[in-house]
Amino acid sequence: MRLLKDRLARRAMGGLAAVPGLLVLLIVVGLFLKSKAILGVGPLSGLLFSTAWAPLKGQFGFFAFIMGTVWVTLTALVLAVPVSILTAVYLSEYAPRWVREAAKPVIDLLAGLPSVVYGVWGVLLVVPFVGDVLAPLFGVTSSGYSILAGGLVLAVMIFPTIIHVTLEVFTSVPRSLRDASLSLGATKWETTRHVVLRKGAQGILAAGALGFSRAFGETMAVLMVVGNVPAVPRSLFDPGYPLPALIANNYGEMMSVPRYDSALMMAALVLMLIVLFFNVLARRILVRVERRFR
Amino acid sequence: MSGVPDGRLARRKRTDALFRVLAAVSAAFVIGCLLLIVGAILWKSVPALNLSMLTRTPRGGFYLGREGGILNAIAGSLYLAGGATLLAFLLSLPLVLYLNLYKGRDSKTAVWTRFSLDVLWGVPSIVYGAFGFVVMMALGLRASLLAGILTVALLELPIMSRAIDEVMRLVPRELMEASDTLGATRFETAVKVMVRQTAPGILTGVLLAFGRGIGDAASVLFTAGFTDRVPASLLDPAATLPLAIFFQLGTPFPEVRQRAYASAAVLTLIVLLVSLAGRAFSRRYTRHVVK
Amino acid sequence: MNQPAPISIRNLSVFYGDLQVLKDIDLDIPARKITVIIGPSGCGKTTLLKSLNRLLDDSERVRIRGRVVLDGEDIYAPRTEVTRIRKKMGLLSQKPQVLPMSIRDNVAYGPRIHGLRSRRELDKVVGNYLKLAGLWEEVKDRLDDPASTLSVGQQQRLCLARGLAVEPEIILGDEPTSALDPASSQNVERRLMELKRDYTVVVVTHILRQARRIADYLAFLYLGELVEHGPAAEVFSDPKDPRTRAYLTGEIS
Repeated sequence: MRLLKDRLARRAMGGLAAVPGLLVLLIVVGLFLKSKAILGVGPLSGLLFSTAWAPLKGQFGFFAFIMGTVWVTLTALVLAVPVSILTAVYLSEYAPRWVREAAKPVIDLLAGLPSVVYGVWGVLLVVPFVGDVLAPLFGVTSSGYSILAGGLVLAVMIFPTIIHVTLEVFTSVPRSLRDASLSLGATKWETTRHVVLRKGAQGILAAGALGFSRAFGETMAVLMVVGNVPAVPRSLFDPGYPLPALIANNYGEMMSVPRYDSALMMAALVLMLIVLFFNVLARRILVRVERRFR
Repeated sequence: MSGVPDGRLARRKRTDALFRVLAAVSAAFVIGCLLLIVGAILWKSVPALNLSMLTRTPRGGFYLGREGGILNAIAGSLYLAGGATLLAFLLSLPLVLYLNLYKGRDSKTAVWTRFSLDVLWGVPSIVYGAFGFVVMMALGLRASLLAGILTVALLELPIMSRAIDEVMRLVPRELMEASDTLGATRFETAVKVMVRQTAPGILTGVLLAFGRGIGDAASVLFTAGFTDRVPASLLDPAATLPLAIFFQLGTPFPEVRQRAYASAAVLTLIVLLVSLAGRAFSRRYTRHVVK
Repeated sequence: MNQPAPISIRNLSVFYGDLQVLKDIDLDIPARKITVIIGPSGCGKTTLLKSLNRLLDDSERVRIRGRVVLDGEDIYAPRTEVTRIRKKMGLLSQKPQVLPMSIRDNVAYGPRIHGLRSRRELDKVVGNYLKLAGLWEEVKDRLDDPASTLSVGQQQRLCLARGLAVEPEIILGDEPTSALDPASSQNVERRLMELKRDYTVVVVTHILRQARRIADYLAFLYLGELVEHGPAAEVFSDPKDPRTRAYLTGEIS
């Protein structure tokens, strides 16, 4: 009886182990099936590289939205990567132990805040900051609802991701390797730059890729501050309209316009595939890094 | 090294000091961001935060600035995240036990499953939303509490599984083997040894997932719908806090926007409390665990 | 070239938190000799070695009392420039720690950060010190390969060359052969014997036979205490302290 129970449990649990893999597949296939209606209409390049967006006339050109996503994401990365790496450097190389131990939970809390809260913060502080402070500084007028505001909010959102991964990589660099550099008379920063950062280069790359994929798919926070104008942005102070925001904003109407739902599902599919690519890339690098340090 | 000017050492030391300061400033900036976010939202929410806000549902004209509260969203969010967390737990626990007990920890299945979980963790919540929507359509389901629970459960699954997996991997092999040699079946070992050993870690993982679930907006946008009433059944649509915040902030009325800040404060507090509770558990109880 | 200096250690105590790992060490390390510090593992040998070039500075909860005088300068005095102290000493660690860069850059690393820029000069330095470390013939055709592609024995000699390239006066070895095969160990020992003509060498080891082979001066450390020290031949043939005798005969280890 006990053995039977054991065997049954084993079967059932074994089936569950397949769930995560299947789920990835299912999401891709499910979204693909839904987007077939739109894919059948014209060539893929027409969808991806056209700026003509008029759902009512049946025109679904995603280019402006793709560019919006790319702009916001890259802005966020450019802002977040250096700050995150420096923070990780501080915590792993310079900070006393108690600061490091105190900072980690704070960074975890930052990671756990809901994206809509980031959005509210963005509307409260970041948008006015961009519109009233930064824009005049650069001699442009902007409502503040812009690529830059989206990038700033996103940057703060991906701090924890990048810091967490890079910190992990830095702390796995052996102490004696730092000692080797220090004992040659190198300063701490020289040691960090030539030894720790170089040894952790791949890990930093992976952290960047993870940050990228997190930023690329982020929806609510960006949607609330980026302006949502469907045109290719020409400057950081222009509004943009990223793909996730497009999907989120139009879920109401999509059922009433022909092929609109299919177009949005395809947007989700594109999002999924790009994020998937960067995620897999990052994970593969990290697995390699981990193996090398072991 | 003769012939090297002494100023060089001074310059190197300046660079060192410069980067030490830069790094410290960066760290302070990151920590400052958290304080700024939480601080700004709490501060802004004070004027609108009161008891009726928490205990009443929206009345007529609520979204124009009249009477009412956000009980519908608070209740909806708790139901939704609670249901999703329960469902995700029922999937996660056996899944992770399987990886750690039946399969060698580093077997191919285990590696692949972990990899898939990591990938799922990275999938944007809007994609879960869209996928949930596709499934909903296929099943002929309307936007409802149930559909929302299903979607959010998928979102929570990788978070919870990986968190639990991390603690279970730390359980020493010998401990399981000791139980095996006493004649226990693997299933008994699983329940008696693994679960008990890792209970605090499991709880932390569950709370982590709950925190993510309750805060997520994009996944429930398509699937849970929105309503001014507290949902009475699984098939009713359900309001959620994140969406309530989003909608209130989208109105042009200052009073309503005030309430958005207050709602955001409520959500932030819930998430922070859950997160702190999770940390407290993992810290307090790890002492009783055989290392 | 160098005027290798003796090192004077006076009243040196080191604490990890509440634990005192070195107790009032007084020791004069002679120049141009190989001084070997022996003792059972965990007795503080490595700590003593690291305290000589202030590598303990960055460890938290470590407190240091006493003086280490080099060239008439107390290295723990507040005004002392730590990078300059470290530059005077080359360190060989238990496991060779090659930097994540090419063979050439490993050797050029030190001179470069200390201000040597010219490519020609650097190449000369790299060649010279690789020869001095006895590695040149094996690597001269692959200087730009990653240093991690070398065998462990070669890596340790690369570390030696790297340490020599900053023109130190002192070479510190922390059980430098413990990760090496017998042939590589012998090779490293031979290098050290040659180098003592121009450098002060301090080696920590728990291999008694190695100590017998290379030591000119011997210091026996037991539970953080400097039990006995003197010319190696004397200590080996006629240990004064019963604990030294017990250790040398293998009764304690």
